[in-house]
Amino acid sequence: MSSKLRAILLGVALLLPSLVFLVMFTALPVAQTIINSFYRRNLATRNQPVWDGLGNYVRLFAADSDFWQVLTNTLFAIAIVVPISVILAFLFALLLNQRIRGIGWLRSSIFYPTILPMVSAASIWLLMFNVDFGLVNTFIKLVGGKAQNILGTTDWALWAVSFVIIWKLTGFLMVFYLAGLQGMPTDVMEAARLDGAGAWHTMRYITLPLLRGTTIFVITVAVTNAFQTVDHLYVMTQGGPNNASNLLLFNIYETNFRFQDSGLAYAETVVLLVLLIIFTIANTVVADQRSFDAQ
Amino acid sequence: MRNKLTQSLNLIVLFGLGLLWAVPLLWSIALSFRPPNVPISIGSTWWGGSFSFASILKALDSAPFGTYYRNTIIVVFGILIVQIFTITLAGFVFARLKFPGRDALFLLFLLQLLVPIAILIIPNYATIRSLGLFNNLVAIMLPFWASAFGTFLMRQTFRTVPLDYEDAAKMDGANWWQTLWHVYIPPARPALAAFALVSLSSHWNDFLWPLVVTNSVDTRTLTVGLASFTQMSESGAEWSLIMAGTLLVVWPLLVLFLVFQRQFIASFVQSGLK
Repeated sequence: MSSKLRAILLGVALLLPSLVFLVMFTALPVAQTIINSFYRRNLATRNQPVWDGLGNYVRLFAADSDFWQVLTNTLFAIAIVVPISVILAFLFALLLNQRIRGIGWLRSSIFYPTILPMVSAASIWLLMFNVDFGLVNTFIKLVGGKAQNILGTTDWALWAVSFVIIWKLTGFLMVFYLAGLQGMPTDVMEAARLDGAGAWHTMRYITLPLLRGTTIFVITVAVTNAFQTVDHLYVMTQGGPNNASNLLLFNIYETNFRFQDSGLAYAETVVLLVLLIIFTIANTVVADQRSFDAQ
Repeated sequence: MRNKLTQSLNLIVLFGLGLLWAVPLLWSIALSFRPPNVPISIGSTWWGGSFSFASILKALDSAPFGTYYRNTIIVVFGILIVQIFTITLAGFVFARLKFPGRDALFLLFLLQLLVPIAILIIPNYATIRSLGLFNNLVAIMLPFWASAFGTFLMRQTFRTVPLDYEDAAKMDGANWWQTLWHVYIPPARPALAAFALVSLSSHWNDFLWPLVVTNSVDTRTLTVGLASFTQMSESGAEWSLIMAGTLLVVWPLLVLFLVFQRQFIASFVQSGLK
């Protein structure tokens, strides 16, 4: 046996255990999702797939479809969660990048929501938002406001569930900024200080540009998290009231398991995949553009 | 004088921030140890008059937490053990073996980074059904047995091992698995430990997937059990009970985190910086 053939056989054999699961649970499912999105399959078809062309998409994007609301909710949640959590993560990292006693505990008190199961966090926040004695309403009353049934109000429910994602995500994003700040070249900082650069100038022209890579990475993490995090909806709002806090992935789950319309659920999954891919491409382009500018 | 002022202001801001973030957890702990029949009202928001284990005991009594613990532990370690095997082999291939077609296979791993498994819940559910694994603990683990992110981590780690070591091992007549075992794995232990912490804590938290592929108490994990427990107790507004249930789910991770704070944070950072 030639050595080249042997190299191929060994390489493929070692990759095989991973490849089996990658193909079964990632590659084929993507193809399966696209194909199945063209079939109608629900209680009306007795759960048999019936070719329907673009039928699912037509129903999904019909003028009276709830899907528009779910889609705008998802984009709105991302538009709130990503900038706020990234900016907070950066500010917290700046504040917590000091050498003082007990700083480790402070960092942990911001980071711990990362390791908390979202369902548990949701149980806690369900109580925090409780209209009668939740701490959020206690605070609102303290500053002179009126207690609100936050999770039961269409105007507030989406803000509330987005806030929980921000609370859980910020500490995780923060540790990447902390690592970035601690990796700053001290000689550059020192040189800037000697040249009389003020805090703002150092931030604007040295710290932020050096953290560019971290920021791009952190934004990617924040976006993928915001698309995927829906566990709390199950406990806190079930997507309600009136779909006000429903997000795409949770809606996919409901469409398939509650309304038994798997054809539609597949079409919704395609929409989610497309959104993720659009974001990834946009992020890559922006990242390349900026590094091109920097040269 | 001014220095002292900014210093104390700095400390107040820091402390306030930490407290603000920690309040939900602290409150839930406080409520877990409050007598179950004392209503929460203004003035007794935090302290219910006495310290009591009654809520915890009642929670343990009203849901099969023992089964939930067992299932979660089987699932998280079942995932981790297979992952360590698959990512070590795949990481080794991408770090050190060269053969035609390797880079094409690499794209499959990239695909998993682009499309998280959580999103493919509908087709994966269909796959589990057709495999006849519905309501089986294996179904909860199966999709995670290949990890692109773990593979990348191992690939980066193995690449830092000097090639001379491998050459020396080959001179001594070592075959590929002896080389992997004696040359590559020992320096990769910290990376594997970091991966283990991240994998364990993230799968301890999985919810939607175990929820859809199981339908009985015997196969429920802690998170799924907690969600139904919360829904059951919410109607009775038994908040101390719900918080006790929550605490029962989070304490193992929380204790582990408090003991190994630095390692945890470092692991999450390392796993992110591919």
